[in-house]
Amino acid sequence: MFKRFVEWMDARIPMTKTWNIHLAQYPAPKNFNMWYVFGFLATLVLINQILTGVWLTMNYVPSADGAFASVEFIMRDVEYGWLLRYMHSTGASAFFVVVYLHMFRGMMYGSYQKPRELIWLFGMFIFLVLMAEAFMGYLLPWGQMSYWGAQVIISLFGAIPVIGDDLTLWIRGDYVISGATLNRFFALHVIALPLVLVILVFLHIVALHEVGSNNPDGVDTKKPKGSVPDEEKPKFKFHERFTNKKDIVDSIPFYPYYIVKDMFGFGIFLFIFCYVIFFNPEMGGFFLEPPNFEPANPLKTPEHIAPVWYFTPFYAILRAVPDKLFGVILMFAAIVFLALLPWLDRGRVRSIRYRSLLHKLNLFVFAISFVVLGYLGTQPATPVATVFAQIFTFLYFAFFGLLWFYSKREKTKPVPERVTSK
Amino acid sequence: MKKLLIALVTLVPSLVFAAGPDVPLDKADVDLHDKASLQRGAQLYMNYCLGCHQLEYHRYNRTFEDIGIPQELGEKYLQFTGDKAGDLITNNMNSDSAANWFGTAVPDLTNVARVRGADWIYTYLRSFYKDESRPFGVNNAVFPNVGMPHVLEELQGLPEKTYEERMIDGEMKDVYVGLKTDGDGRLSESEYDQAMLDLTTFLVYVGEPMLLEQRRTGWFVFGFLLVFTILAWLLKKEFWKDLK
Repeated sequence: MFKRFVEWMDARIPMTKTWNIHLAQYPAPKNFNMWYVFGFLATLVLINQILTGVWLTMNYVPSADGAFASVEFIMRDVEYGWLLRYMHSTGASAFFVVVYLHMFRGMMYGSYQKPRELIWLFGMFIFLVLMAEAFMGYLLPWGQMSYWGAQVIISLFGAIPVIGDDLTLWIRGDYVISGATLNRFFALHVIALPLVLVILVFLHIVALHEVGSNNPDGVDTKKPKGSVPDEEKPKFKFHERFTNKKDIVDSIPFYPYYIVKDMFGFGIFLFIFCYVIFFNPEMGGFFLEPPNFEPANPLKTPEHIAPVWYFTPFYAILRAVPDKLFGVILMFAAIVFLALLPWLDRGRVRSIRYRSLLHKLNLFVFAISFVVLGYLGTQPATPVATVFAQIFTFLYFAFFGLLWFYSKREKTKPVPERVTSK
Repeated sequence: MKKLLIALVTLVPSLVFAAGPDVPLDKADVDLHDKASLQRGAQLYMNYCLGCHQLEYHRYNRTFEDIGIPQELGEKYLQFTGDKAGDLITNNMNSDSAANWFGTAVPDLTNVARVRGADWIYTYLRSFYKDESRPFGVNNAVFPNVGMPHVLEELQGLPEKTYEERMIDGEMKDVYVGLKTDGDGRLSESEYDQAMLDLTTFLVYVGEPMLLEQRRTGWFVFGFLLVFTILAWLLKKEFWKDLK
């Protein structure tokens, strides 16, 4: 019965074929470590955001008069509304946690290098759209921090010469942030950006499955056709789409091996995720900020406006610069430089395991700078804090400059022919 | 490298941290399981606070059910506005006039515990003191120049700031030590503290009415996750055996 159903389907749509190419007969390097779980987790968090988002939309009222009250209605009067909302708000932060770790993985193992530049670029676009999505979503509860955070961020566009003022007016749809802004942000948040996001994720994965995954050793697991003796090939059947062109070594099918491994990682992730949802949804004011439980009041500026934690590294870079326009430029440059990584890194060795001590230090300092900047962005800009922000902004950018400089003639360790694993 | 990291982690916050509130906050020992405390808090709120401060996102019947007050008793003794049991907890004060009377809009208190925290509310309610320079003759140590009168004066009496003479840098100076009530209130100091704890507990409940259910559900979810994760781990081990 089931077999006949599959045959019926396969005659009409490539169901089994797609399953095989992308899962059951998709070769994944056998030496993935725990850093490789975050792509899978990001996909699941995306699904969580879409599903909880749909249900939140059923009771949310996108208007300046109704938004705040409708969120409280969801929290109090909708059955398990609080759960939906906390899953969504925690999911937003979790998304950035897993995406940042996912990106750092790519940096450690040189996953952005040839031939995976396009995967990296799609990923950077996902990151950009995700930031826009999170920013617009944060306005929707119409709390004090929603309002004033949006005020600060939108005013950044005003720093652009000549068109600045008209541009901010165009974004807001009003002279101040108002119901008009809320409505357009709602439209973008629930329809336009999620669509773009899903399409980009699809392209990210299509590009990945074309060239195949990198691995912690950064060595190719797809060797030229005919170069590998049969006894060294894995015992698994991979789809001919992969085996026709290359000899595949040190690989295992994604399904079931990595699916079951990722499920275990998912369980661990859920422990942390559910701890936040059920025991600490505000996460000390980092995930949900206390002033946001007050309705937006255009006449009352909060004492200390801080964006949500996932924007704070870039916010700290912005504030580190005395000149607003240059600050905005530097903030965007912080992301552009990341996107240019495949071309800034002129080295041939991918994995940090076989790269120079200088590179290891450089990447370590970069990671520390990112974290410290993130912390500084949550704090008031005192003179001391600003000096620290300037130092770490310098270190953040120094990473790219240094990398470009030394990567061409970097003293690397010998890279093994094949992946190493226990 | 590790030392550098430790130095950074310990040094940076101490240099950057901004000052907290001016008055040290007393710890509010809130127990949401204490139904009696919640009920006393609700009683205080409906009698002393609701005249000005709405709980406009929360409903009467939900409140009664959650804190264990039978519907009829709640309607009879705690609902003064002629609203129905399923209505939101609102009052009939005109907000524009209120802004005129008090110099500022009167805030809704549904989420005040989430905005300010329980300790703040508990300390604030016990920090009114006599100050003739203010329109209502009182000021507040936690919220200086607040527009609110000391509504609970009949319970607490009117406290005054007390000072103590102390030797500082070789000079005798008056140092502020705290508030002392004149004893005109109906409650003793410890009774008043308890009443304010009850009121704080009630406001914490109103801020997060789902809190107890949320925690309880959380433990069930953890139980499920434990089973799920162990099974996932065993499954992984079983499958990966082929690869050895």
